[in-house]
Amino acid sequence: MEIATPSAPKAVKKSSSSTFVRVARYTAVRLVTLFVTIVIGIYLTIMIANMGGYVDTILRNEIRESVNQRFVSDPASKNLSPDVRRKLIQETIALEENRRGLNTPIAVRNARHLTNALSLQLGHAIRMTSDSGSRQVRLIILERLPATLLLMGTSQLVLFFGSVFFALTLSRHYGSFWDKLVITLSPTSSAPPWFYGIFFILIFAAVLRVLPFGGMVAAPPPDNKVEYSLSVLKHLILPASALIISSLFLSIYNYRTFFLIYSSEDYVEMAKAKGLPPRDIERRYILRPTLPTIITNFAFLIIGLIGGAIFTETVFLWPGLGRISFQAIGFFDIPVIVGTTIIYAYLLAITVFLLDFVYALVDPRVRVGEN
Amino acid sequence: MNALKNSFREILRYPSAIAGLVVTFLLVFMAVYAIVTIPYKEAIRLWRGGEDVWYQNPKFAPPAWFNLFLRQKLPESFAVSSRAGTMTKAVTVGEQNTSRIDITYSFDYTYDSFPQEMILYFTTDYAEKLPFVSILWVTPDGREIRVADVGTPQKYTFRFSQDEKLKFRLKGKEPVRALFLNPETESIVKGNYQLIINGLTFEVGSDINAEFVFHGQLYGLAGTDHSRRDLIVALLWGAPIALAFGLLASLGTVVLTMVIAAIGTWYGGWVDELIQRITEINLVLPFFSILIMVGTFYSRSIWVILGMTILLSIFTGAIKGYRAIFMQAKESMYIEAARAYGSTSGRIIFVYLIPRMIPLLIPGLVSSVPAFVFLEASLALLGLGDPVLPTWGKIINDASSNGALYKGYYYWVLEPAVLLMITGLGFAVLGFALDRIFNPRLRDV
Repeated sequence: MEIATPSAPKAVKKSSSSTFVRVARYTAVRLVTLFVTIVIGIYLTIMIANMGGYVDTILRNEIRESVNQRFVSDPASKNLSPDVRRKLIQETIALEENRRGLNTPIAVRNARHLTNALSLQLGHAIRMTSDSGSRQVRLIILERLPATLLLMGTSQLVLFFGSVFFALTLSRHYGSFWDKLVITLSPTSSAPPWFYGIFFILIFAAVLRVLPFGGMVAAPPPDNKVEYSLSVLKHLILPASALIISSLFLSIYNYRTFFLIYSSEDYVEMAKAKGLPPRDIERRYILRPTLPTIITNFAFLIIGLIGGAIFTETVFLWPGLGRISFQAIGFFDIPVIVGTTIIYAYLLAITVFLLDFVYALVDPRVRVGEN
Repeated sequence: MNALKNSFREILRYPSAIAGLVVTFLLVFMAVYAIVTIPYKEAIRLWRGGEDVWYQNPKFAPPAWFNLFLRQKLPESFAVSSRAGTMTKAVTVGEQNTSRIDITYSFDYTYDSFPQEMILYFTTDYAEKLPFVSILWVTPDGREIRVADVGTPQKYTFRFSQDEKLKFRLKGKEPVRALFLNPETESIVKGNYQLIINGLTFEVGSDINAEFVFHGQLYGLAGTDHSRRDLIVALLWGAPIALAFGLLASLGTVVLTMVIAAIGTWYGGWVDELIQRITEINLVLPFFSILIMVGTFYSRSIWVILGMTILLSIFTGAIKGYRAIFMQAKESMYIEAARAYGSTSGRIIFVYLIPRMIPLLIPGLVSSVPAFVFLEASLALLGLGDPVLPTWGKIINDASSNGALYKGYYYWVLEPAVLLMITGLGFAVLGFALDRIFNPRLRDV
C-alpha cells in the first residue's frame, strides 16, 4: 500500500490532464464544425431568399412601377417637359435601386448579409416595420417575441410535463383502459395544430360563441392590467389547446413506450424484488437512465419555441414570430428572413453543443469526446 | 412472398389496421372515380371557370342533403331549359309570319324559405324584328302574377330580384320572396308553381329559347363556394392529388434517405462524414420558411413543392436511424460472403443491404403519408397552393379567406377538413399497426 501511494496521484494527474486535452480538443472541433454548419446553413437560406437573383428582378420591376406611378399622380410633374420628366424618373429609379442595394453584385450582397447575420447585426428591414414604426429587424423580432413565447411556452410546457406525467402513470398501469385509449388516439397526432384550430374555432367561437375567433387581445384593448391579462388569457385558450391536442396523444404514447422498455430491464425487476416503493423505482431506476433523452427533447422544445408556429398563428391571427417570417417572405424582406433564421440557428447550435456536456453530467457512462 | 402473406395475415389481426386499409382503398377508389368521371383538363376548366361556367349555381349554398336534418326546409337549386327539353315548349304558327312560342315549367315548392334568386336567360334568333315575351307566374292557390312583358334581343337575361316594375307590382316587396307568399297571410304558399312564358315571333325562322335558373339555398352533394363553384369537383379531385402528393413525397423521402444512408455506411470515411454534416446543416435550415419562399418567389406548382419537400426531408434524423441499422447489417456474415466472392459495392448496397431494410421501411413509409398530405394543405392555407389544381387545402383557404366560420358556412370548411382527417387518420392508423407488426420490440408493449 505504501509503495503504491506515490504513483497514485501521478496517475490521477495524468488522466485528468488527458481528460482536459480530450475535452478541449473535442470542444474546439465541435465549435468549428457547428460554426461552419451555421455559415453554410445561413448562406443557403440567403441564396434561397433571393432565389439566385430572381428576387432582384421582382424588386426592380416594383421600383419602376412605383416610381412611374408616383410621377403620374404627382401634379407638379405634369408641367415638366417629357424629356426632363423621363430623366427625372430614370434618376429616381437609379437612386431607389441604389438605396435597396440592387446595384451591388449579388455575391457581395450575400456575403454582407452573411457577415452581418453571423455577427448578429440584424440591420434594417427593407419594407417591414415594427408596430411602433421602427425598421430595425431587432425591434421587429423583439416586438413579436413575447406573443410567440406566451403561446408556444404555455402549450409546449403543458404538453411536455403533461405527457411525461401521463406516460409514467400509464406505464404503471400498462394494458388498462386509459392505456388502450391513448394508443387508440395516438394516430390523431398526424393532423397539424392549425387543423384542430379550425375545429376549435368552429365549435367554441362560431357555434358556442364563448371564446374569440382569433387575435391576442380584445379590440379595443382594455386599459386595466388585470382585464388585459384576462383578455389575453381568453384569446390564448384556443390556439394553445390546438397546439397541445395535436401532439398530446402521440407524445404520451411515445414516452409511455419508452418508459415501458426501460422498466422491463433486469435491474428494475431486481429493485421490485427488493421491495422498493414504486415511486423510488420510477425516479431512480426508470427516469434516471431515460434522462438524456428527456433532456434532449426538452432542449429542442425550448428552441422550437422561438420558431413560432407559422400555420397556427396564421389561423388564429396570433401576432407572433411565425407570422413575421411569413410576412417577411411576402415582402421579399431578406434581412427579416435571415434575422429570424440566424437566431434559431445560433440557439440550435448552442443547444446541440451543450447537450453533449449535459449527457456526460447526467449519465456517468458517457464521457465528453468519446464515442 | 410468404413473408408478405404472413404480414398481411398479421395486419388482419388489428381492427384499426383493417379500418386504415378500408379507408385507403376507399380513397384510391375515390381518386380513380374522380379521374375517370372528371378528366384532368375538365377538372381544371371547371375549377378555374368563372360566371360563364357556374352561373346556374347559387353562392355559398350548403349541400342539398342538409334538408334531411332541418326542420325548416330550404329550397334546393335547379336549372331547366327549353333547349334541353326540361321545359315544355310548344310552337304554333300564326298569321303573317308570326308564331306563338309557349314555354312552361311547373315545379313543386314545399320549402319554408325563399330562393336566393331566380333568373331567366333568353336566347332568340331573328333577323330584324325583335321577338316578344310575356312572363306569367301561377301560384298553387291560383293567383296569376304578371312578371314581365319584354322584347328579347339575341341574349337577354331577366333577373327577378332586380326588376323594378315587378317589385312595384308586388307592392314594393322583394320579388323572389313575394312570389311565394300569400299576400294576405304573409305565409309561404306550398304546392305546384307554374312559370309560363308566352313568346311571339314576327319572322319565319325566328325562335325563342329560355333557361330558368333557380338559385335556391342548397345545392348538390357538396354545396358551392363564393364563386358559385360546385365543391364536389374539388372534393373529388382533392383525393388523387392528396394521395399522389402524400405517397410520392413519402416514397421519395424514405427511399432516398435509405439509399443515401446505405451508401454512407458502406463506404464510410468522408462520404459518411459528409452525409452527417449535410444532416446538421439541414437542421439549421428553416423547413417551412424555405418551402414558403419557394412557393412565393419561384413556383407554386405542386410538383416543384413536392421536389423541394423531398429534398429537405432526406437529411433528417431518420438517416441516423437507418445508419445505425446498416452498421449492424454491414458486419453480418452474408455481406462478408458477398465481399469474399468479389461482388461490387453497388451490388452489395442495392442487392444485399437495402432489401433487408424493406420490412422496416414500410411502416415509416405509410406513417409519413399524413404529414405530407397535411403539409400540402398547410401551404394551401397560406395561399401557396397549386394555382390550377383543385385541392382540399385550397377549399379551406378559400373558405377561411371568405370568413366562412364567421358567417356560418360551416359545410365549406368541414367537408374538406373531414376528408383530410379521414385520409390522415387512415394512413396513420395503418402505419401504426404496421409498425407494431414489423418492429417486434414494440409488439409486447
